Amino acid sequence: MNIATDGLCVEKVHVWRGDRHVLKGISLEVGPGELLHVSGPNGTGKTTLLRVVTGLLRPEQGRVVWCGKPIAGAPVDYQSELAYSSHEPALKGDLTALENLRFMVRMKRRAADHELAACLERTGAERCADLPARVLSAGQRRRVAMARVLALRARLWLLDEPFTNLDAAGSELVSDLLAEHIGRGGLALVVAHHDLQVAGKSRNLALHG
Amino acid sequence: MTGTTEALVLMLRRELTLSFRRPDQLIQPLVFFLIVTTLFPLGLSLQLSLLRAVAPGVLWVAALLASLLSLDAMFKNDADDGTLEQLALSGQGLYVIVVAKTLAHWLVSGAALVVVSPVVGMALAMPTSAFGTMMWSLGLGTLTLSWLGAIGAGLTVGLKRANVLVSLIVLPLAMPLLIFGAGATDRAVSGISPAGALYLLGALCVLTCTLAPFAAAAALRINLE
Repeated sequence: MNIATDGLCVEKVHVWRGDRHVLKGISLEVGPGELLHVSGPNGTGKTTLLRVVTGLLRPEQGRVVWCGKPIAGAPVDYQSELAYSSHEPALKGDLTALENLRFMVRMKRRAADHELAACLERTGAERCADLPARVLSAGQRRRVAMARVLALRARLWLLDEPFTNLDAAGSELVSDLLAEHIGRGGLALVVAHHDLQVAGKSRNLALHG
Repeated sequence: MTGTTEALVLMLRRELTLSFRRPDQLIQPLVFFLIVTTLFPLGLSLQLSLLRAVAPGVLWVAALLASLLSLDAMFKNDADDGTLEQLALSGQGLYVIVVAKTLAHWLVSGAALVVVSPVVGMALAMPTSAFGTMMWSLGLGTLTLSWLGAIGAGLTVGLKRANVLVSLIVLPLAMPLLIFGAGATDRAVSGISPAGALYLLGALCVLTCTLAPFAAAAALRINLE
């Protein structure tokens, strides 16, 4: 397996926010079956880097290459292959957890309700399925967001602080899910400011201000 | 991979489900439209001829303002809770999301106004023969307004209090709608053929529904950065 043809490359990316030079020539590579943990103090551009990798934010210099092709050429095709979880759980409060999953996952692929329910069960959020997201606790919402990532069946996972608001069991669950994902040959880029213990091939990239 | 039509239907269902879970937001434009238009017969003298003369203008101004009420929330709610980002990454073009949201906005605001407009027409002493033209012109006009509104809402999605700004962007663009819409209704009230004004409204509607999705999608993309 070759990163250049099968993986994700970020090449010398520079991003300015107003006068602030947030990302100063960041390069990274993630291959199939590999996890890259991006760490660093607050304000060093971890989330900005993740948004550049999603294609939502276009870098002023440098480029992101997925499977040998720059993502700027066909961002929509690339985006259909990734699952992104921002630091907000991104759920509609008026919809139930299952409806949230149904509407978001089916925009990408056909998924039956029992499949979505199974993902909720896997992340320990099965009791939330029929509750409106607004009554869920922050930890439960995070579990539902993780169920969405799982249900999308994407090759590339981009997770921003996936352990926030989770209890010990929840954190362990996310680590297990990540290990399973890279075990299946998936790729993962995880932004987390604390240590990450995941079984399998994982590397760390520390950002500095 | 979900097809574009399938994604459009799914998004439309999502938007309508969300609207019906918040009935207060659904009813507000309707109640506003009914109240504003019924204030006029109360405020003006009881001369039916005067009321009949101002009816098309009153009806149209009230419909425009009622339709504007919910515009700023078109993308803002989704942007605030992070779901807009998820939708932008759903592998569907942003224009699919814009089209679905605009149609949903029109169905719950514009189309609903069209349905209740005969009641308002009667309150304003309009002849029933003009109701058909009134409903057609309102239907085309509010749909065009929703498309224009999508551009305004897309441009202001990152701002905190954008309600007034959206109105300032959209209302000048909506002037032709008011002129031709009220004009068509006025002609129908006077018994003259409204065809010319209705065709122009139709042309404006086609123009906006072909160009606005791409303009609004571009505005959203800039705001998502």
